Amino acid sequence: MSRQDTSDIVFRRILAVFPISILILVAGIFYQLVSASLPSLHKFGISFFYNSTWDPVAENFGALPFIFGTLVTSFVALLMAVPIGVGAAIYLAEYAPPGVSKTISILVDLLAAIPSVIYGLWGIFVLVPCMRNNIQPFLGKYLGFLPFFQGPNYGVGFLAASIILAIIIVPFIISVSREVILAVPSVYKESAYALGATRWEAIFDIVLSYGRVGILGAVILALGRAIGETMAVTMIIGNNAVITSSLFSPGYTLASVLANEFAEADTNMYLSALIEIGLVLFIVSIVVNILARVLIWSVTKGPAEVIK
Amino acid sequence: MLLKTKDNERIIVPGVPADLNDIQNGYKSMSQKGSIKVKDLNFYYGTLHALKNITLSIEPRQIVAMIGPSGCGKSTLLRLFNRMNDLIPLTRVEGEILIDGVNIYDKNTDVVSLRRRVGMVFQKSTPFPKSIYDNIAYGLRIVGIKDRHILDGTVEKSLKRAALWDEVKDHLGKSAMSLSGGQQQRLCIARAIAVDPEIILMDEPCSALDPIATARIEELMGTLKEDYTIVIVTHNMQQAARVSDKTAFLMHGQIIEFTKTTDFFTKPSNKITEDYITGRFG
Amino acid sequence: MVSYQRSCGSDQMKDVIHNAYNRTRTQRFLWNNAMVYILSLCALGILCILFLILFHLFVQGISSLNLNFFTHLPKPVGETGGGMANGILGTFTLLGLAICVGVPIGLGAGVYLSEYADQRFAQTVRFMADVMNGIPSIVYGIFAYIVCVLPMKGFSALSGGFSLGIMMIPMISRTSEQFVRMVPSQLREAGLALGVPKWRVTVDIVIPAALAGITTGIMVALARVAGETAPLLFTAFGNRYWQHSLTQPIAALPLQVFTYAISPFDDWHRQAWAGAIVLILMVFLINGWAQFYVMRRNRWTSGK
Repeated sequence: MSRQDTSDIVFRRILAVFPISILILVAGIFYQLVSASLPSLHKFGISFFYNSTWDPVAENFGALPFIFGTLVTSFVALLMAVPIGVGAAIYLAEYAPPGVSKTISILVDLLAAIPSVIYGLWGIFVLVPCMRNNIQPFLGKYLGFLPFFQGPNYGVGFLAASIILAIIIVPFIISVSREVILAVPSVYKESAYALGATRWEAIFDIVLSYGRVGILGAVILALGRAIGETMAVTMIIGNNAVITSSLFSPGYTLASVLANEFAEADTNMYLSALIEIGLVLFIVSIVVNILARVLIWSVTKGPAEVIK
Repeated sequence: MLLKTKDNERIIVPGVPADLNDIQNGYKSMSQKGSIKVKDLNFYYGTLHALKNITLSIEPRQIVAMIGPSGCGKSTLLRLFNRMNDLIPLTRVEGEILIDGVNIYDKNTDVVSLRRRVGMVFQKSTPFPKSIYDNIAYGLRIVGIKDRHILDGTVEKSLKRAALWDEVKDHLGKSAMSLSGGQQQRLCIARAIAVDPEIILMDEPCSALDPIATARIEELMGTLKEDYTIVIVTHNMQQAARVSDKTAFLMHGQIIEFTKTTDFFTKPSNKITEDYITGRFG
Repeated sequence: MVSYQRSCGSDQMKDVIHNAYNRTRTQRFLWNNAMVYILSLCALGILCILFLILFHLFVQGISSLNLNFFTHLPKPVGETGGGMANGILGTFTLLGLAICVGVPIGLGAGVYLSEYADQRFAQTVRFMADVMNGIPSIVYGIFAYIVCVLPMKGFSALSGGFSLGIMMIPMISRTSEQFVRMVPSQLREAGLALGVPKWRVTVDIVIPAALAGITTGIMVALARVAGETAPLLFTAFGNRYWQHSLTQPIAALPLQVFTYAISPFDDWHRQAWAGAIVLILMVFLINGWAQFYVMRRNRWTSGK
């Protein structure tokens, strides 16, 4: 008997190493990122975040253009992806026949599985020419009074990157929103009908408001994905560290500068500054991720509880 | 200019098309408002014959209770009155249901309008995730009423009728989800009343409530009866005996008996009814 | 303009509602019907984009997919021809290394969380695993750089495999835990009742019972990291030749697609498309086989 107990205890102790290593990993990543960015943190401090000069030669590093680029592309991408994604989710959850709904959901999952570099490839050779030859001239002609649609047209730039980002994040929005909407008990919809609402009114006014917390969670999750997205954006953003109001302009994001310049960084300070950018990405993505999970988690436990 | 005839017949407003809707909205004299006549109704869930040859007549401003064992079809029948079963696929209705003399299963029926005139309160209270005020005002807002005076007035009137006004009048902006279960159910009743229905359907409205909350709602039904026809489905025979004027007993999709409540519980004419009431089967 | 009276007597209220309803009726029903089309257009639009991408992939890349592609090394810069054989092999190598890192830790963590852990510890670990899932893949590359490349003073297949492997850990942990948890407790009890120590029950009975699900989870995670480029940019780094040792830089399919795509050469562009087809086929096949495998196993265990 006691021999079995001992072997059980030993096994359990050994096995515990594995989940603990997950905790150690996260802590380790944080620790390594911080300690490797210390030189940069010490030298630049807060100015790292509002300085817009990125000069590896003079060793003057300010990440503002990248922060700007990440925020702009993510925001514009959300602007496009959320209405279309939630709209498609509503269609799949409320209007489509069950067979159609299932099939389309599978296809949407397929879209989610496409590697980022392939989106980038498609972006360079299909989207960018289309932007340069068709879309951006069109926008410039009819909406050119807005500062967003002014400026030289290269095809690559903020707008192109935002579009590809929107395509990348839309599957997440659709699948989570669809789950959330399906989780709303049908009796709520029936209450709306019982007051004389049309189908759309019942869905939009009532079902969506019951599901709004979960959908918000989906949106924030998508935002987190957009912020960290590297390859596709790098390939079509044009790699130009500027801050401008023109969406046609080439730009730069936090993830892209890492992708482009990390392997070439020759000085310690350069490397340290880049790693500091990595640290920023790390922290931002964690915060966003936690926020999203709290929201979604609270909904999938049961809508009745969340609305309290 | 509102033109009104002496005996409150149909109001004519210039510019508003007099369409089929007017007639179907039951815009007739007060005395007929809120009557339900069911004629030889058969209802199918796919191939399942759920309701068989139902014939039934409900006078305006009465409370009718429908009781019976689980699965007898009472909820199904109730949901036919506001065409809620249309939402379920593969259902079929044969026969007629006349509300104020007009068949609501006619091909041309405006179902949205019907559902406004025949309100419904559900077993589980369903407050919308909005403020108390917005909950009540919802039914009016969707038909396009924006005038603040009308909305304020209706919200107050409905909450008063539902015996909830005193408890919430200072908190109309609060979320409706913060109310207790009984209050939420009264909110749902107020919400249904706000769009001025003729008939109110209640599907086991008290089954999720404690006895005190239940008593308040039963008391409420007594006062609501003055203006609305009420049809209530209930599992609780004592409740049916307390609140209703007439009681219908259903079993296996058929009406076994439908008489005045006092007669129903003291001298039922059908042996099966008597067995059910005395608890010989449940 | 019809003016409404302040006091809402019942009849007047009915008029007010009735009139308002008639006034807004057409617009409401118009919106109602229009939304069906608008919403289905949203769904349709997304499907169109999917097909557009797959279509271009196929059209652009299929001509370059010949035997050369699968067997030859890249030609020197500027020369046409050549293939991505080293990239394909490199990806397999990296995935193999990733499995060595990701599967033991992920599976071990999953089993522990399901069989032994107490609530609080389990919640903490699961939460951390979720956090890990949200970290951008390039950050994993940076970590692997600091921890592997710097000490080793150079790019290597090991560091690349490491970065991919740690990405797999949270995914494998979550799916393993799920499927081990799903094993009916009767199986465990039957084993214990025979006097077998708990650890043997876990290893010999529970894990084999959950194997189908665990394998699926591993394969789904594999499909995820197979397409990853960012963490490899400064760990595996890429290689135009065969590599001879795991401590050297190694080519990988996504890396090669990336490098060729951003290059100025048309021939390389065509090869990038071809590489993309191979990559996406790899990803879809692994995913597809995972689903299929599970379905087959399920049917088998349910006695069909």
